[in-house]
Amino acid sequence: MDFATSLKIGLKAILSNRLRSGLTILGVVIGVAAVIGVVAVAQGSQRQVTSQIESLGTYLLTVSIRGRGADRVLTCDEVMELTGGIDGVAGVSPVVTGSATAKYGTRKYECTLLGVNEQYATVRDLRLQTGRFLTQLDVSTRQKVALLGQNVVTELFGLSDPVGKEVKLNGQTFAVIGVLAPRGGGPAGTEDDQVLIPVTSAERLIGRRGVSTFYVKGRDKESVGQISAAISDRLYRRFRDEEAYRIFDQTQMLETITNISQTLTLMLASIAFISLLVGGIGIMNIMLVSVVERTREIGLRKAVGATRRDVMRQFLIESALLSGIGGVVGIITGATLARGIASAIKVPAVFPWAGAGIAIALALAVGIGFGIYPASRAANLEPIEALRTE
Amino acid sequence: MIKVEDLRKTYRAGLVEVHALRGVSFEIDRGEYVAVVGPSGSGKSTLMHLLGCLDVPTAGRYIFDGVEVSALREDELAKVRNRKIGFVFQSFHLLPRLTALENVELPLVYRGVDTATRRERARRALEMVGLGARVQHYPNELSGGEQQRVAIARAMVGEPVLLLADEPTGNLDSRTGAEVLDLFQRINDAGCTVIMVTHDLNAASRAKRILRIRDGLLEGDERV
Repeated sequence: MDFATSLKIGLKAILSNRLRSGLTILGVVIGVAAVIGVVAVAQGSQRQVTSQIESLGTYLLTVSIRGRGADRVLTCDEVMELTGGIDGVAGVSPVVTGSATAKYGTRKYECTLLGVNEQYATVRDLRLQTGRFLTQLDVSTRQKVALLGQNVVTELFGLSDPVGKEVKLNGQTFAVIGVLAPRGGGPAGTEDDQVLIPVTSAERLIGRRGVSTFYVKGRDKESVGQISAAISDRLYRRFRDEEAYRIFDQTQMLETITNISQTLTLMLASIAFISLLVGGIGIMNIMLVSVVERTREIGLRKAVGATRRDVMRQFLIESALLSGIGGVVGIITGATLARGIASAIKVPAVFPWAGAGIAIALALAVGIGFGIYPASRAANLEPIEALRTE
Repeated sequence: MIKVEDLRKTYRAGLVEVHALRGVSFEIDRGEYVAVVGPSGSGKSTLMHLLGCLDVPTAGRYIFDGVEVSALREDELAKVRNRKIGFVFQSFHLLPRLTALENVELPLVYRGVDTATRRERARRALEMVGLGARVQHYPNELSGGEQQRVAIARAMVGEPVLLLADEPTGNLDSRTGAEVLDLFQRINDAGCTVIMVTHDLNAASRAKRILRIRDGLLEGDERV
């Protein structure tokens, strides 16, 4: 018997008892939807956290000097000295943070002021929309030049090009040399609100000497660990106090978070999978009933020449159809559900393509797995016994 | 074409052994029209099942169309039933969810015949039994006589060498019963061997040979 005919017979059998087939399929739908929904929401929130951390830049170490007082800060030169000669360093930039009121003409905007050096673009993977970045000369000669974030540009300049114009930052005049490409949210709010100026100028503008934070970028994943160890070593020699500094390894953090969330996803998906198994038991139940109800049909089919294989295949296709339809509907339901939940808890929903594939495969496996026993019972019926049943 | 030697069949019904057939021997030639008669419980249904390859004997030999059937595996038996035997049952055994045409197609489905050919042959078989206008009807839309004619079309669609009928007129009134028997006559005239199990003596009288079974033994073999 060809496959198309088997499929037609199976569909006909399913359609002949719509309510019962529908309820059986519903069991699988719930199982698959649960798996897809859970995985989609979990992956969505994982991606959100990951992208927040990644927005810092890759292979990045954030070094913060803690505590107050003049002895608990480093100068810019000390920062460069401290990180000098370490293998695998791709860039270092001290960071001085403050807030400033930016003014252009009559317009004002409260922005975050960041004093950085010429390596900051490399360190943070920044991209320019227009203009140029800071140069070493800008930093060493305390030039009053600034790069503006997207929001600052929109608020102060509207649609016109700010490069070459002058803005006032806390009353001091700075020449705009570039505009940063839009970046969106980071862990400390949007970076599009920032104004970058040379770190040396920032110290003066804010009126605070010394640097308490600097970024170090490693060349690759392996070097980050060694750099971290080397800096830690040097900082300890400088301060003689482990509490005086903290090194935040973004890559390591990312790995930890990824691991935790993968474990969580797997656990939740396993729980959801149990409901898929329950759906499979529903299929088996209904198939067993179906075999008993159709004993005469099976007998007749065998009398006119159906082999055990033919009968087996007919019932397996039927249960695979039940679970397959359930799988497809379940994926659609699960994806819809995930979008609803994701927008309710404000994380992006990620449609898990791999998860959907696995869910369909699992649903089919469950359908066929739980269909084997009823199907073999049907296949093993003796034709005369089956025909005699009334 | 059929050669039966000392055919025996024993069933176990719980602890009791039932000797349904206790050594039956006969031969039937190609093109014969045979009625098997006997009271209920005589073993004639068992004989019919064995002849139809629906069951295998406990002992004895059954050679059908040159093949030793008692030695065949289940799938080989299914193939013999599919290609060489047509069945007609007392209660028609049509599948209620299939149309007359689809019911008639069944043996060809399991033979692997393609859809177009299947349709065409099923249609011709239904025309042969006079139901050319009823192909798209479901069994519950047909009268008893019409249902049995659909069953006969199904039995004959694969052009078998043997038509086996088990009480074919048992569920029909005498007029429609006679129509069915006329059909058997035509099938037999066309060269197909017909074996009919019945206890309707009127039906049996249409056959050219009568085998009488009693208590699992062959009691009489008369040619009319």
